[in-house]
Amino acid sequence: MIIETSTKRKTYYEELSEKGYSRRDFMKFCTMIAAYMGLQSSGVAQVAEALKTKPRLPVIWMHFQECTCCSESFIRSSHPIVADIILDKLSLDYTETLMAAAGHQAEEAMHKTMKEHYGEYVLCVEGSVPLGADGVYCMIGGKSSLDILHEVAEGAKAIICWGSCASNGCVQAAKPNPTTATPIHKIIKNKPIIKVPGCPPIGEVMAGTIVHILTFGTLPALDSIGRPKAFYSKRVHDSCYRRPYYDAGLYVESFDDENAKRGYCLYKVGCKGPSTYNACGVMRWNNGVSFPIQSGHGCFGCSEESFWDNGPLYQRLPNIAGFGIEATADTVGKVALGVTAAGIAAHAVVTNLRKGKMINNLISEGKESEQQLKED
Amino acid sequence: MNTTVISKPHRLRRVFVWQLPVRVYHWLNALCILVLIATGFYIGNPLAILSGKEASDLYIMGTVRFIHFVAAYIFFFNFAFRIYWGFVGNKYAGWKNFIPTNRQFFKDMWAVIKTDIFMTKGSELHTIGHNRVAGFIYFLTFIAFGIQCLTGFGLYSATSDWWFPNLFAWVPAVVGGDFMLRQIHHWTMWFFILFTVVHVYLVFYHDYVEGRGEISSMGGGWKFIEEEIFETDKAKEEKKK
Repeated sequence: MIIETSTKRKTYYEELSEKGYSRRDFMKFCTMIAAYMGLQSSGVAQVAEALKTKPRLPVIWMHFQECTCCSESFIRSSHPIVADIILDKLSLDYTETLMAAAGHQAEEAMHKTMKEHYGEYVLCVEGSVPLGADGVYCMIGGKSSLDILHEVAEGAKAIICWGSCASNGCVQAAKPNPTTATPIHKIIKNKPIIKVPGCPPIGEVMAGTIVHILTFGTLPALDSIGRPKAFYSKRVHDSCYRRPYYDAGLYVESFDDENAKRGYCLYKVGCKGPSTYNACGVMRWNNGVSFPIQSGHGCFGCSEESFWDNGPLYQRLPNIAGFGIEATADTVGKVALGVTAAGIAAHAVVTNLRKGKMINNLISEGKESEQQLKED
Repeated sequence: MNTTVISKPHRLRRVFVWQLPVRVYHWLNALCILVLIATGFYIGNPLAILSGKEASDLYIMGTVRFIHFVAAYIFFFNFAFRIYWGFVGNKYAGWKNFIPTNRQFFKDMWAVIKTDIFMTKGSELHTIGHNRVAGFIYFLTFIAFGIQCLTGFGLYSATSDWWFPNLFAWVPAVVGGDFMLRQIHHWTMWFFILFTVVHVYLVFYHDYVEGRGEISSMGGGWKFIEEEIFETDKAKEEKKK
């Protein structure tokens, strides 16, 4: 719940009308975002009501070890109000990339928000926090990102982890993780955390998550690793438009073959869609223009835990370290099978040598009985 | 040959070892595993089909996956039944054949390894049901069954609305997502392949070396044991009482 002391803050609707959006535009946005959030049609009214009556949600948006692709994705979401509502109107009281203030003024703005809205602001984090070497790998204003995170998280109502960096460490946490880049949930344990992974996450997914908090005052339903179910409960594979080719058994064998031209399934060239939970196939990217598979490249699983360490992008089975270059489970299995077969052959030979007498006794015993039968 | 070595031919005693449910379980399990391995290989690395047909006319991967899932359900419930039978079946089916509960179990395992692997003489143990090494290896296969059920249904749960596979929905998060789950599922399959090869070989080995009907025992349920061994075993049992 947003506390009423902040009466000075305008509602989203007020701000949007001032900016020149008509009520029709506003309702269009509410309908679209409600649909994205997976609400039933009555949810549209709830969203509209919330945006009309509730004051802006105070947000502090921190950037640590990251590339800002999450912010970029955000401002490219399909409806202009998404960008407006989130970036202009969301009351981004502090965000390094987009705020006008700098230096002491910026720090002041952040502390003001932290103080004024203690316990009610939402902390959005883009990026992981390096724990190595006392956190010197990411310093802002002379403080380590770890100290900043602890300070800001203290008064937050909830934390949203934007993107894979904040959710699971992403590329900087890939082996050998030289800076000990650490995702937020491993550092802050006492706050509700929503993970919105992806590299970057889809803009509408980010907006939908925020609007959910705004509308219902609660966190959205999360899956077993903390992602909003509305967007991460289906595999990319399940909503992929190339799925019929998968089921039919028609696959691209290499990127330059005839099958690739025909748009067959990219399963055999390493598409990670079958093990990646995201809404790409439905929402797509950049105003719904496309998504990796539509562009002819397999999904590489960016919304899954430690996806950089989950094996090569262009094959299904990862290589196993210690068994030579490009040794997959199948290579190792085949070698083990060969060794087993050789062992069995050796065992069979040794059996006949060592237990020959025993075996011969059985054979002669049997033969003797056979003879006796003949004689009968 | 030198028939003179044998003073008298062995008289064999018929012992009913494998009850019908155990035998049905065994062959159903074997069939399921074969089907699961074959379809699993296809799912992991489908063959290149040279077909001019449209996708709407083909459903090869779909069918193979369907067979895999059906076999998986049968495999699971068959396995669950076998666990139950481990508590109500006869003494050769009981769970104590598989899970070591005392030091003697390991001592007996060592004796079997000496006899059958290192081929030393004098440490032969006569067991009628599973020998201790076999029992313990089966215990490991039960663990592998468990791993395959957990990882398999864990992968499957997201595609199903039924409550049963959704009991496994927690599994992906434990190992860090479907990627890892898939790999574990694939690696464990190789255990089954290696197990099967060794298992079939050893059944033939025991039948060949001991002549007690090892191979056919899984058909009719009977094994045959020399009268003298039977008598000494019986005497031992009575002494215990």
